[in-house]
Amino acid sequence: MTTKTNTDTLKNGNANGENGIPKYSSKDFSSDQDVRWCPGCGDYTILKQVQNVMPDIGVLKKDIVFISGIGCAARFPYYMDTFGMHSIHGRAPAIATGLKVSRPELSVWIITGDGDSLSIGANHFVQLLRRNVDVNLLLFNNQIYGLTKGQYSPTAPEGTISKSTPFGSIDHPFNPLQLSMGADGTFIARAMDRDPKHLQKMLLRASEHKGTSMLEILQNCIVFNDGAFELFTDKKSRPRETIYLEHGEPLIFGTDHEKGLRLDGLTPEVVELSSEFSKDDLWVHDEKDKTKADLLTRFFEHPHNGEHLKFPRPFGVLYDVDRPTYDEGVTIQNAEALKRSKPDLDALLQGPETWEVS
Amino acid sequence: MTTKDQVREEVTIRFAGDSGDGMQLTGSLFTNTTALLGNDLRTLPEFPAEIRAPAGTVPGVSSFQLHFGSTEIMTPGDVCDVLVVMNSAALKANLSLLKKGGIIIANTDGFDKKNLNLAKYPEGVNPLEDGSLDSYRVYEVDVSSMTKEALSETDLSYKEVDRCKNMFVLGLLFWMYNRPVEPTIKFLQKKFEKEPRIADANVNVLKTGYHFGETAEIFSSRYTVEEADLKPGTYRNITGNESTVLGLVAATQKSGLPLFFGSYPITPASDILHGLSRHKNFGVTTFQAEDEIAAVSSAIGAAFGGHIGVTSSSGPGIALKGEAMGLAVMLELPLVVLNIQRAGPSTGMPTKTEQADLLQAMYGRNGESPMVIVAPKSPADCFNMAFEACRIALEHMIPVMYLSDGYLANGSEPWKFPQEKDLKDIKVRFEPPRENSDEPFLPYLRDENHVRSWAIPGTEGIEHRVGGLEKEDGTGNVSYDPDNHEKMVKLREAKRNKVADFIPLQEIDQGKPTGDVLVLGWGSTYGSIRTAVGQLRRDGMDISHAHLNYISPFPRNLEELLRGFETVIVPEINNGQLVRLIRDEFLIPAKPINKIKGRPFGVQELKDAILNILSEKQTVTES
Repeated sequence: MTTKTNTDTLKNGNANGENGIPKYSSKDFSSDQDVRWCPGCGDYTILKQVQNVMPDIGVLKKDIVFISGIGCAARFPYYMDTFGMHSIHGRAPAIATGLKVSRPELSVWIITGDGDSLSIGANHFVQLLRRNVDVNLLLFNNQIYGLTKGQYSPTAPEGTISKSTPFGSIDHPFNPLQLSMGADGTFIARAMDRDPKHLQKMLLRASEHKGTSMLEILQNCIVFNDGAFELFTDKKSRPRETIYLEHGEPLIFGTDHEKGLRLDGLTPEVVELSSEFSKDDLWVHDEKDKTKADLLTRFFEHPHNGEHLKFPRPFGVLYDVDRPTYDEGVTIQNAEALKRSKPDLDALLQGPETWEVS
Repeated sequence: MTTKDQVREEVTIRFAGDSGDGMQLTGSLFTNTTALLGNDLRTLPEFPAEIRAPAGTVPGVSSFQLHFGSTEIMTPGDVCDVLVVMNSAALKANLSLLKKGGIIIANTDGFDKKNLNLAKYPEGVNPLEDGSLDSYRVYEVDVSSMTKEALSETDLSYKEVDRCKNMFVLGLLFWMYNRPVEPTIKFLQKKFEKEPRIADANVNVLKTGYHFGETAEIFSSRYTVEEADLKPGTYRNITGNESTVLGLVAATQKSGLPLFFGSYPITPASDILHGLSRHKNFGVTTFQAEDEIAAVSSAIGAAFGGHIGVTSSSGPGIALKGEAMGLAVMLELPLVVLNIQRAGPSTGMPTKTEQADLLQAMYGRNGESPMVIVAPKSPADCFNMAFEACRIALEHMIPVMYLSDGYLANGSEPWKFPQEKDLKDIKVRFEPPRENSDEPFLPYLRDENHVRSWAIPGTEGIEHRVGGLEKEDGTGNVSYDPDNHEKMVKLREAKRNKVADFIPLQEIDQGKPTGDVLVLGWGSTYGSIRTAVGQLRRDGMDISHAHLNYISPFPRNLEELLRGFETVIVPEINNGQLVRLIRDEFLIPAKPINKIKGRPFGVQELKDAILNILSEKQTVTES
């Protein structure tokens, strides 16, 4: 390959930061293209937070690639000053797989939406997680089709009134995190556009994880589905209706941290922290525990008319475990093949049996 | 009775039996020995789509036809001289392919009441006994019981014994055609290295079959087919799918690039995936994707990363890849799409051949979406054209469609294989790294052939975005400008057309460069057309043959060449596709000959069709 590798750059000495990575600023990741999402779209802040964390992921700019499918979110790569591809509807995971497998040294990010990944591209989405290709997938979930102007999406709750469902949708929605668990995903997390600090933290965690990192980002579509996540994003209701997960910490939430989650066997319950239950009685979050993570993904009630939810919606890293990645497996197998036999084209062309004609 | 020794110039043998009878292996082994003896040859395997259709039934019949000779052999033979049938269903399914007076070797055990019923012969009818085969020479051989007899002293199970019976037939045919058994013995010993008792049993039955021919005294003739007059050199036998694999591997070596192969299994393309997956030491990565779309998409991802991106399929799968191929056209990335065509539409006839995806390759994507199209003309030529597909894709930054078909894929011929040093280098132009440049990087800047450079991730200073949205030339920025769109559509077409300057001029395969009649073919019809035209020429006709390897763009001189003939005839295994392209492009009243039966042209039927067209023309002129 005639490409320039990280080591070349290091030798050339233009690196002045840690581990040979220049000290980038978020501006270094902003392309010269005008951002064209609707004013007030949740995508703006997601873009900003991604640009903010890029200097900290420890990768040279030339080695970063953003790949998207189709949808509002899919415009994202145009606004990042990295390598990027705005591809076709639903196929970004497949394109990213081909790229990562052939160029494992690259940091590959998939930008996708609920329609892109859970409808037209749902097959590729689950296959990516199953294979555990070492890429980061940011799922912008706004529960609506924005670019096609307002049809219900595969994550829209039953009864959603939209352009294509004037009498309410009948489809049962996907629970993206549970789907990811079902596909044996190794990193499953949730963030929201309205909590940029937490989002940054989640982006960094996604970047650090080796294997497919699935980060769902609840994103408000101001035009077609405004307020879909208000119960979680509104500062007043948020403490009551969400729970922020920290590895090794008990599951506490509520306006005055007065509530907690407790496990009665395998049955979760919300308890008031009082004389009956103390912090010590609570369920302690363990990102490595699949059973517990699975229970957390099930906290997925859809808010109706601002009604209080039985269980809070979890935000943070629900699950983070190690499993060999597909790209690593390919690299190892290819290297072993090379070790077993040196490539000899003439021998290959000749094949096992020949004869002479004179 | 004495056996006469006769010399034959060419012979066609068809082995037919139940799917489980091992007819494909029997045919291949006879082929290998025949190749070693220096005969020219062609093969045509035919098998049901079902893995094991009900035993003994007509749909379960699997056949292998071999045409070999001391002269040039370009087709697997229209009709056969010898038909080997392991059961009555095999006879029923194949009798129409045997020439009158031909030889039938019938395994009598396969004509018992049960088998006759399964083959749906009327109650009480046995074709071996009712005189219906009187115009053939029928040899009834009790293959099953003689196999059992030969293995009576072994501890093999009934099933294991039964599996050896194809070796009896092979041994007998080796005797009939004067071929040695040693190469097959070597093969069996290697194949069953870990199970010597099975190897011994097969060898034993093979020899028994051979000796049966020698001693049974029922065969009146034994045949010799002399060596063919092949060009001197070292040869091997090869199928189309095998040589496709080798062409791709050769392209990695001559370009210095790794190859990424994304594929989803489909008949008759899967053998390419199987073959390539064994050559990982050549820098080949194979990826069995979740579907056809992921297969092509992953190849595009790899191509974006600077690898040779290749995907393969057959018609239905190619339809699914359409949108992604359009993306590759738009991105201007190299991509090779192998279409091993089969009879369509829809699922069609998966194991039967057809050339009906040409217009799909040409026009089967949304928008103006020009791709390069190449087509191999014989099993060995698959090597050249697979290599060419990679060369054009890489050197012109364009997706290339390669149109092989089931007939080429599974058929085989002797191949005077090249050496690495004989192959051209493939030159790619990667965008070099840039440091501290204030000039913006222009990913869609083009050279004089309208080709952009390959700007791959990991290259410093050229970070840029590409996408399926229409782009401004040069910058690659998204553009909805009306004039720019028209310019880009024309540019992408001009880039494809410019490839014509980098492919060989069209040559006449045989015949005069101008004259009365030109038969113009493409792809797998080569052998049939070549043989038919050759025979018509020997009969004194003024007729020529040209065969296209490059269809989009056409060779630069094609129009001039076509205009040199009074009549242009285009035979195809479809309902008339190249003929439309020719008429459309050159306004020449080309005449079609079409066969859509899932089988290649027979030489005789092609000759008849050509003569028919010419006589009709005659009539019109005279009246």
